[in-house]
Amino acid sequence: MMSKLVSSSTVVKVGIADLNVTKAPNKIRTSGLGSCVGAVIYDERKQVAGLAHVLLPDSKLARQDNFNHYKYADTAIPILVDQLVDLGARRNLLKAKVAGGAQMFQFSSGTDLMRIGPRNVEAVLEKLEQLSIPVLASDVGGHAGRTIEFDIQTSQLKIRTVNKGEAFI
Amino acid sequence: MDLTKLTQMQKDVLREIGNIGAGNAATSMSQLVNRKIEMDVPAVNIVSYDEMMELIGGPEAVVVALLFRIKGDAPGTVYFILSLEEADALIKEITNNAALSVHNDDELAASVLQEAGNIVTGAYLSALADFTNITMQPSVPYLSIDMAGAILTVGLLEISQVADYALIIDAKMNTAYQANQIKGNFLFIPDPDSFSKLFAALGVTYDV
Repeated sequence: MMSKLVSSSTVVKVGIADLNVTKAPNKIRTSGLGSCVGAVIYDERKQVAGLAHVLLPDSKLARQDNFNHYKYADTAIPILVDQLVDLGARRNLLKAKVAGGAQMFQFSSGTDLMRIGPRNVEAVLEKLEQLSIPVLASDVGGHAGRTIEFDIQTSQLKIRTVNKGEAFI
Repeated sequence: MDLTKLTQMQKDVLREIGNIGAGNAATSMSQLVNRKIEMDVPAVNIVSYDEMMELIGGPEAVVVALLFRIKGDAPGTVYFILSLEEADALIKEITNNAALSVHNDDELAASVLQEAGNIVTGAYLSALADFTNITMQPSVPYLSIDMAGAILTVGLLEISQVADYALIIDAKMNTAYQANQIKGNFLFIPDPDSFSKLFAALGVTYDV
């Protein structure tokens, strides 16, 4: 009988205002981050990682009764940490890598919402600091969309943009 | 607010709103490029954020997008979206200069697109404003050439505070024949507070 020598690794996809966790050899990915921030949190030794695709900074902005907690930085990050711990990660050894928070259009004036990218970045970093999770690398701001993919085995975050190709942080 | 509970009647009204604007936009585009431009019957899509990206080819598809913030009684966001090839065909048609391309990061190419977007969006909104008696003024055009996901989330920001869905009135533009197709997606995303005004203007009750 043939044995399954090739270990099957899949890429776990995370949508907008969504989050997910997985283990090596899987990778985890989210596409087309603009003002949104992709926060990757991982335990290197346990080979467990999660990714949140944060749309807005603060759940106090919500004008819904039953809002999606994955949508906001302040609510998504703690849920992501809990899910990682459930999957075997150790809370005090978690690290993070962060990307996104661009400003896609150069608005000359406008509401705060139009400058949401930097506010998302700030909110994510603040929450990570509160939870004592060190941010080892980040690629934030600017004016370009990003697709990011985290390789749990190497702890490398691949960042693809339309004009600059691929980079790793 | 729960957009998923809109009645068929309410959706028909929104489609009609798209129709009025789109017809006028197609006419002005036809005049601009001096050839026949047709507009498909607009679709009213109530979509999740991820489904919204799929509407124009997925979150990583590179698109040329002109964004207009709508000010006035019924604020919202309008996108005029083209593929790279469609944008180049449009620029070529307007300028008769085949060397101009969005690929070259050319300022003239960008301003041709912005002006085309201005004319078409202006036509769309003025038809809508005349019909509904609602004042709607477009901002200056904002251009971005990048991943669809990154571009479209900007239009989600207002509605995302009250809903996990967006309502999009989507009109597709088509040239009548195949060569040098100029197609475009015209997306109108009303802000949450604008729905009651749009419905009231057209005599439909709104208590979602």
